[in-house]
Amino acid sequence: MTSATARVVRKGHSAPKPSKDARARERATAWARRAPLLPALIFLIIVTQLPFAATLIISFMNWNSLRPDQTGFAGFSNYVEVLTNADLRQAIFTTIILTVSVVLASLLIGLVLALLLDKKFIGRGLARTLLIAPFLVVPVAAALVWKHALLNPTYGLFNGTLTWIWSLFGSNTPPQPDLLSQAPLMAVILSLVWQWTPFMMLILLAGLQSRPMDTVEAAQMDGASPWEIFRHLTLPHLRQYLELGGLLGAIYIVQNFDAVFTLTSGGLGTANLPYSIYQTFYFANEYGLASATGVVVVIGTIIVATFALRTVFSLFKKEAAR
Amino acid sequence: MSTHTPAAPANTPPGPTALNTGSRRRGFAWFGFKMSGRGKSRMDPTRNNTAAGIAAWLLALLFVAPVLWMILTSFHAETDAATNPPSLFAPLTLDAYQEFFGASSGVSPWPPLINSATASVLSTVLVLVLAIPAAYALSIRPIKKWTDVMFFFLSTKMLPIVAAVLPLFLFAKTIGGLDNIWFLILMYTSMNLPIAVWMMRSFLAEVPVEMLEASQIDGAGLLLTLRAVVAPVAMPGIAATALICFIFSWNELLLARVLTGVMAGTAPVFLTGFVSSQGLFLAKVCAAAVVISLPVLFAGFAAQDKLVQGLSLGAVK
Repeated sequence: MTSATARVVRKGHSAPKPSKDARARERATAWARRAPLLPALIFLIIVTQLPFAATLIISFMNWNSLRPDQTGFAGFSNYVEVLTNADLRQAIFTTIILTVSVVLASLLIGLVLALLLDKKFIGRGLARTLLIAPFLVVPVAAALVWKHALLNPTYGLFNGTLTWIWSLFGSNTPPQPDLLSQAPLMAVILSLVWQWTPFMMLILLAGLQSRPMDTVEAAQMDGASPWEIFRHLTLPHLRQYLELGGLLGAIYIVQNFDAVFTLTSGGLGTANLPYSIYQTFYFANEYGLASATGVVVVIGTIIVATFALRTVFSLFKKEAAR
Repeated sequence: MSTHTPAAPANTPPGPTALNTGSRRRGFAWFGFKMSGRGKSRMDPTRNNTAAGIAAWLLALLFVAPVLWMILTSFHAETDAATNPPSLFAPLTLDAYQEFFGASSGVSPWPPLINSATASVLSTVLVLVLAIPAAYALSIRPIKKWTDVMFFFLSTKMLPIVAAVLPLFLFAKTIGGLDNIWFLILMYTSMNLPIAVWMMRSFLAEVPVEMLEASQIDGAGLLLTLRAVVAPVAMPGIAATALICFIFSWNELLLARVLTGVMAGTAPVFLTGFVSSQGLFLAKVCAAAVVISLPVLFAGFAAQDKLVQGLSLGAVK
């Protein structure tokens, strides 16, 4: 659109005939600009927003598919059930513990790895590639390997290694813990930290490598120690990336289903909210209750996502300004 | 730690102050900073950092050990796989793979593998068909309020899939879409579309404006411009986006588990059949895990630089 037509449009009444034309043309241009976007937008609204709206409606209903005659409006009773049912309350706590511990541990180890990989050393590229591998193994496959090949108390690699180390010292009574039954939540946390540390490492490494080196060099000239440089220059620069990694990690891990399903099948206090929802509607056929639990997950996610969006937005604005 | 040579650098000035700085630096030597020397050369990025390298390699090996163990076990006979202590040097065999591909067990993994390939490839194609024009509208000819649209896409990705899975299940049941690979393909498309739009937007933003103007002056339409001008420049980005969408679809379990069954079950659903396996099948479990992870490992190593960008929804370059 030329600036002349734009001026005509703004003037409005003064030139009625061309203005009508111009406005039509402007509308056409606007739609031509929007058109490529519409298929994706409409598709996404239909496939993601409508089901969630349905979940919201079902969450206020009494609906058990095995007792169709009792279906009806239930008010807030499903929500009361979510907050008072001992199993579901336990699932809320498990979800929080699981998410917080996995995010913090993988962020911390990821930070150490990113700092190490930011240095130049022999075989750095290969070491980085190897480190990504845990993140690339199909989640169910990874959980299966942890369950059967690593954590199994009688022939898993962990207890096998303990046996081997103890035998080096001439002992045939090595400790043989059974993590899967003694501390199942710890087993889930371990396998998830293993899978998610590479993700944190990659984000933090990207952050480290975008760090302006001139201030670091200036600080060195002034005699700052490596720790001082890390504490006052590197860490503040990494803050956004730590936040981004933590928040995105939280959003992905809150939704974790594969590890809980495979490692413990939700037994012994390891059922998190996604697994509970799956069980509530898939096996118990309690559609209303499952939906209310789903809405609770969404509320929790919105709280985390609000912070995540702000972080993404600040990085996004930085990028747009470039 | 070890980078510090006992023969103290000749250029270090004598006196207690110098000694203090030296010892303080030694404490953080494993960050890889050069111990001695003066001024700028202390953090010369081209310098090799032996201590950091050793620490990084130790950690890398620790992290990759379960993957290596999975691969090694898959090449062992079942009797050698389930031993305590582990048998590192047991003879290698392809028995577990033969067993996995149904030579004797009767349950073939081919239908789920083909379902996974179909669902992943077709949903990736659909995502690209929808995302490339959308990203074009959002980056090259920005529409009004384009940031709002970007954040709408992002917000759909942050909606937990468990909160939508029940209505999807009921809807699929009503229209006969249960255990139907096409319904799963549509779900995977919606799952990956926001990521693809975000990634693609940042790739398309790199197409030079002059080239677009030139093509418009030559009278090229939208499709021609996309094909002749945008696609060649953005090709590496499009390829990376496609690989990441492929990985996510291939890995997905919850939707596949709820929406498919015997006919349309995917590879991860097939793997859940091993959840309660006992020690007799350890090598077979590992072989299954290796076979089903291989496409993702290849795709992921190929796209490792872009992987983080996709996962962080394009926010980190």
